[in-house]
Amino acid sequence: MGQHTTEFLTPRVFCSHEDTTTKKIDMIHTPEVTAMKKELINLIDISKSFDGESVLDELNLSIHENEFLTLLGPSGCGKTTTLRILGGFVTPDKGRVVFDGQDITSLPPNKRQLNTVFQKYALFTHMNIAENIAFGLKIKNKPQSYINDKIRYALKLVNLEGYERRMPDSLSGGQQQRIAIARAIVNEPKVLLLDEPLGALDLKLRQDMQYELIRLKNELGITFIYVTHDQEEALTMSDTIVVMNQGYIQQIGTPETIYNEPENAFVADFIGDSNIIDSVMIEDKLVSVLGARFACVDTGFGNNKPVDVVIRPEDVELVKPEEGTIQGVVSHLIFKGVHYEMEVMANGFEWLVHSTQMFPVGTKVGIRVNPFNIQIMNKPESEDEEAAAIEG
Amino acid sequence: MNPGKKRRTIKTTAQKIYIGLIFLFLYAPILTLIMLSFNASRTRAKWDGFSLKWYAALFDNREIMQALWNTLLIAFVSSLAAVIIGTAACIAVNRMGRKKRAVIMGITNIPMLDADIVTGISLMLLFISFGFKFGLGTILLSHITFCIPYVMLCVMPRIRQVDASVYEAAMDLGASPLLAFFKVVFPDILPGVLSGYLMAFTMSLDDFIITHFTKGAGVDTLSTKIYTEVKKGIKPEMYALSTIIFVTVLLLLLLVNRTPKQRTPRSAGQP
Repeated sequence: MGQHTTEFLTPRVFCSHEDTTTKKIDMIHTPEVTAMKKELINLIDISKSFDGESVLDELNLSIHENEFLTLLGPSGCGKTTTLRILGGFVTPDKGRVVFDGQDITSLPPNKRQLNTVFQKYALFTHMNIAENIAFGLKIKNKPQSYINDKIRYALKLVNLEGYERRMPDSLSGGQQQRIAIARAIVNEPKVLLLDEPLGALDLKLRQDMQYELIRLKNELGITFIYVTHDQEEALTMSDTIVVMNQGYIQQIGTPETIYNEPENAFVADFIGDSNIIDSVMIEDKLVSVLGARFACVDTGFGNNKPVDVVIRPEDVELVKPEEGTIQGVVSHLIFKGVHYEMEVMANGFEWLVHSTQMFPVGTKVGIRVNPFNIQIMNKPESEDEEAAAIEG
Repeated sequence: MNPGKKRRTIKTTAQKIYIGLIFLFLYAPILTLIMLSFNASRTRAKWDGFSLKWYAALFDNREIMQALWNTLLIAFVSSLAAVIIGTAACIAVNRMGRKKRAVIMGITNIPMLDADIVTGISLMLLFISFGFKFGLGTILLSHITFCIPYVMLCVMPRIRQVDASVYEAAMDLGASPLLAFFKVVFPDILPGVLSGYLMAFTMSLDDFIITHFTKGAGVDTLSTKIYTEVKKGIKPEMYALSTIIFVTVLLLLLLVNRTPKQRTPRSAGQP
């Protein structure tokens, strides 16, 4: 299973592996995709730098109708800038933004059919909730009866009926965020932009709001573009995840693809825990990891080629020493609730292992990995990617 | 009485006496003036009983009434102009980088620290070299000039508090930049703008030196009028006039300082 299989599995990924390394992601899409969903937004060769520092470099991205797309990456990766370019708050130095076939690159925010939910809610504190929600509609000179209906509808949608006369300051953070969403959706945008909207909420509330957002997206049937640095959030909610680092798109794919088939060490490391090991591809379907031979399912990497191997901690099976492909000793053990987290020292590498079975520190164990769970990645070729991998 | 408590009593008494002395020295001259303005006698030497006749005489004096009108007109117009220019400047300065902003604010603060006489003379020289005709116009220009820093001093902190995303949110919802400013940013900075306006009004009302150098012949404000009158010999009407100015400025200052109830900082983030 190689890169080409990855593309097949996720028709919305338009980058071939070679493109990632040259940093230009061409939009080659398969005909089936166009038939399935219409492209709504195209970002074409977008570059942006602030004070001489490049934030985005020739970024290309297609966003489809009715898609929940998440821009995921560490801070400074360019995800927020991408969102602000979509919203019209930042003008790209180079490149075009095409919305529904129309070039909107230089259109000001107030002329765009997109609405934004800001990180810090940005409610108008001197207006009550109803006035906040009505703001956009009043500017568009909608009749009062229409506005009232919309306010009621939006408050119902975000489960805050009867809050019309309250002031924003008297609401909790979660409620304020829901009002911010209500205020944006009454304008019936084709796309809702969300800039880390749950960042300021506590864990429990964040999880509740994640389900709310998925429900909202399904009820409204509009495109959500979501920015976050929280990989769990991205995996939970998205149809498509765009992993970004240092202004480049690292991988585009469904949550499953991103998690199970990371295309490079950065993605593997950023999405969940993983063991990333320097290895050598001996031949098709056989890889040498730390001196031991593991069977795998990938082909087409060439013979005796250095590669990175990614193995998720939950995919490492601990067995009796004689049954394992390599042998090691448990060096750390932590109880994590659902599973135990262990570190196993084997052939000079600390393997991170998640297992429901407990092995006390000092136990001699064997390590076995199902061939399907070994993910082979080409070594990064460009300096940028190397840097990205190290930083990640 | 235990020694600790006794010491505390002595301490608080001493504090009160000290504060009392300070206020006495600060306000004794003005109190004298106010008292004299109600004195029925023309001389300062004796108290002939309470009277409002100097106030009556003051309001009968056409020249002084003209000066009062000038003063109010100048104060009103110049503070309005200063508040508009100053607020606009604050919006721009707030958008600058940290270094640039510090430099600009430093430069705008200099006229406030500068001696009035320097500002006055330099404005006068400027008007002369550009061939301006001295009169109400030049007074207005100079008052607007020296009021702007005070306006910025009041408005800047308010603008710094405004969350930039509120303005962006308004635009995002369809408001033009101007509408977004007046609908959502302006209400937030209004307290600062108001206190900036009152501050500028007070400064303009109060000013003597700069007005003196830029007024030219024939135009007088209250302060310059008093100055000319006093040179001719002190008339008790002037006590009454000074008292009125003092009370007006005092009231304005109280108004400025009684800033509207401080709103708690945006409790963003806390659920």
